[in-house]
Amino acid sequence: MTNKQLPVDGKGLLNNPQHRAIFFQILALALVVFFAFYFANNMFDNIESRGITTGFSFLNNTAGFGISQTLIPYDDGTSTFLDVFIVGLLNTLLVSVLGIIFASIIGLLLGVARLSSNFLMSKLALVYIETFRNIPILLQILFWYNVVLAALPSPRQSFVYLDSVFLNNRGLLLPEPILQSGSGAVIISFVLAIVAVIYLVRWSRQRHNDTGQEFPIFKVSIALLLLAPTLVYFIAGQPITAEYPVLKGFNFNGGLTIIPELLALLFALSIYTATYIAEAVRAGIEAVPKGQKEAAKSLGLKDYVILTKVVLPQALRVIIPPVINQFLNLTKNSSLATAIGYPELVTLFSGTTLNQVGQAIEIILMTMAVYLTFSILISLLLNWVNAKMAIKGR
Amino acid sequence: MATYTMKEAKPAPTANKGIIFWLKENLFPDVKSSLFTLFGLYVIYSIVPPLLDWMIFNATWSGTQDEVVNSGARWIFIIEKFDQFMYGFYPESLHWRPNLVAIISIVFVFSFKYIKNLKVKIAGILLFPVVCFILISGGWFGLEVVETEKWGGLMLTILVAAVGIIASFPIGVVLALGRQSNMPILRTLCIGFIEFVRGVPLITILFMASVLLPLFFHDGIEFNKLLRALIGITLFQAAYIAEVVRGGLQAIPKGQYEASEALGLSYWQGMILIILPQALKISIPNLVGSFISLFKDTTLVLIIGLFDILAMVTLTNSDTNWLGYEVEGYVFVTLIYWVCCFSMSQYSKSIERKFNTEH
Repeated sequence: MTNKQLPVDGKGLLNNPQHRAIFFQILALALVVFFAFYFANNMFDNIESRGITTGFSFLNNTAGFGISQTLIPYDDGTSTFLDVFIVGLLNTLLVSVLGIIFASIIGLLLGVARLSSNFLMSKLALVYIETFRNIPILLQILFWYNVVLAALPSPRQSFVYLDSVFLNNRGLLLPEPILQSGSGAVIISFVLAIVAVIYLVRWSRQRHNDTGQEFPIFKVSIALLLLAPTLVYFIAGQPITAEYPVLKGFNFNGGLTIIPELLALLFALSIYTATYIAEAVRAGIEAVPKGQKEAAKSLGLKDYVILTKVVLPQALRVIIPPVINQFLNLTKNSSLATAIGYPELVTLFSGTTLNQVGQAIEIILMTMAVYLTFSILISLLLNWVNAKMAIKGR
Repeated sequence: MATYTMKEAKPAPTANKGIIFWLKENLFPDVKSSLFTLFGLYVIYSIVPPLLDWMIFNATWSGTQDEVVNSGARWIFIIEKFDQFMYGFYPESLHWRPNLVAIISIVFVFSFKYIKNLKVKIAGILLFPVVCFILISGGWFGLEVVETEKWGGLMLTILVAAVGIIASFPIGVVLALGRQSNMPILRTLCIGFIEFVRGVPLITILFMASVLLPLFFHDGIEFNKLLRALIGITLFQAAYIAEVVRGGLQAIPKGQYEASEALGLSYWQGMILIILPQALKISIPNLVGSFISLFKDTTLVLIIGLFDILAMVTLTNSDTNWLGYEVEGYVFVTLIYWVCCFSMSQYSKSIERKFNTEH
C-alpha cells in the first residue's frame, strides 16, 4: 500500500494542524514584539523625562573612586569607567580561577573519602557534604567575612607562619616574588619543560601502543617540570627573590596582600562548591559497573592500574560534565561578593558605577553580557568534552 | 560400606560477628586505614566537644545580658529578638495573622490528600493564595493594612520562596512545552529565554528587576520593592523549572505521545491527561532539588534591600543595646536554613527511592 496524503476536509483553515501551528507562532511572535515595543517605548519616554543620558560614552569618563584590589594599574584620578569594568572583570576571573582550583582539590578529596572503605572517613565526608551544601552560599560568605575574619587580630598581633606569612584583620600577607634580570630564562625553561612533557606523553603513548611497554610518564614529567626551572634558576644566579612583608608602625609594608574580602569569598565558594564536586566524583566512580573492577582484578592488574586504566577513564565521562557546570556556578556565585564589597564585576560595575552614572540599562546589560559569555564559553567547552569523551561505537 | 552420620551444624565463627569484628573490618583493617581512622577521630575530637560546649553546655539560655558569665553562646539574644527574626517589623499585635496563615498552610497541605473532588481541589488551590495574601497584607474585611516594607524575617523568606515556586511552576511548564514543541519560532523564543536566564547570576536578574522594571512601565504603574524581587525570582525560577520539566518530558517514551495522538486527543488534552502527569511525576525529585536552591537563593533579596531572615542578623545587631551578637545570629539562621534544606533533600531522596523500581 502506498502512503496517501490524508485529505484535508474543507471545514475550515484552523482545523489543519499545520495552519494552526503557523497561526499560533505568528500570534506568539506578535505578542513578544508588541511587549518589546511597548517596554522600549516606555523606557525611552522614562529616560527622557528623567534626563538620563544614553549610550556607552560614559565608559570614557573618569571614575574617580578607589578600588581596594586591582590587577592592572589603576589610578583614582585618571582611570575611566572602562578601566573599572576591566578591573572588575579581572577580579571576578581571579576569584573564580582560585575558587575553582581549591574547590576541585577539596571536592576530589571529599569524593574519594566518601567512597573510602573506612567507615569513619566516609561518614565524616558525608557530614561535611550534608552540612555545607544545605547552607545558603551568601550566608557562608557573610559568616566568614563578618565573624571569622573580623575576629582576626590587628597587624601588630598577627598570626605569623614561618616568619614570612602573616594573617591579620587586613588580610593574608605573603612574600612577593620579585623578578630580576635573568628571570626570563627561568620562565622560558619552565615553558620548554611543559612542551617537552607534551611530546613525551605523545611518544610514550605511541610506544605503548606499538610495543606494550610502559613508561613512568607521571614521575618523569613531574621531575622534568620541577628540575628544569630549578636548575636554570641556580645557573642564572638566583634571579627571582622574594620581598617579605615588614611591620612598620601600625601596618605592614611590602609583600603580597590578599584582602579579607577575597579570603572570605574564596573560603565560602570553595567549601560550598566542593560539596557538589564531591557528589559528582562519587556518582561518577559509582557509575562504573562493579564487574569492570572485578574483571580487571581477575586479570591480575595492580590496584593503581585498575584505577587509572579501568575505573577513571569510565568514571571521568560521568564526572566531568557536572563538574564543569559547577565551575560555571562558582563563577556566577562569585557575584555575591557584592554583599561584602569585594571589588568584582557586580560590585564595581552594577554597584558603584551604576550609582555614579545612573545608566542602568547599559550597565546591567554589559554585566549580564559578561556572564552570558562565560556560560556560552563553558557550554561550548562542555560540548567539545562530551564529543571527545563519547563512547566510540563501531 | 560407608554409613552416613548426621553432623551438627557448627555455629558461625565468632570472629565474624560482633562489634569487635565490625570495628576491625571497617575502621582498622590495615595500617593505612587505621591512620585515617585516628585522623578522623582527632578531627571529631577537635571539633565536636568545643562546639557542644559553646552551643549547649556553656551557653546562656535565660536572664539578662548583664548576667552573662559563661563563655558559650548567648542565646538570650535570639530569645530577645525572636519576634524580629520571625516577622521582621510586622506589628506585634498582628502577629496572629502570619501565624494563622502558617496554620492554614499546614492544614491545607495535609488535608489535600483526602479531598477527592477535583472541583473542590481546584477551588482550594485558587482560593488559598488569595486568603493568605489578604490575611498578611490586610485591607479587606476590616483587617488593618500592613505595608510590605514592614514584612520581614522568616515570614518574608518563606513568602518569597512560596510565591517563587507557585508562580514559576506554570510558567516553567509552558516554557518546557514550548521548548519541546515542533513550532520553530515558539521553540526559539523559549530556548532564548531559558538560556539567557540560566546564563546570568540571580543577582543581576534582581538588579534588573529592581532598577530596570520601573523604566519599562508608565510612570503611573507602581511596583514596590517586594513585588519587583518576586517578579525577578519568579522569572529566574521559571527557567530552571522549565529545564527540570524538559528532562521529565524527554524521559517519556515516544509511544506515549503517539498513543495520545492515536486516541484523537488534541495537543492540550494529550499533554494534560497523558504526558504531563507522567513527566511531572518523574521530575518530582529534581523539582524538589530546584526548590531547595530557590529557598537558599532567597537570601539574595537582602542585597536589593529586603529584610529577610539573614538580613535580620545585621539589623538586630545594629541595636545599640545588643551589639556584637553576630555569631549567635548567624548560627541561629544557619540552623533554620539547614533544617529546612536538609529535610527537603531527604524528602526528595525518599521519593526517588519510592519511584525507583529497578533493582
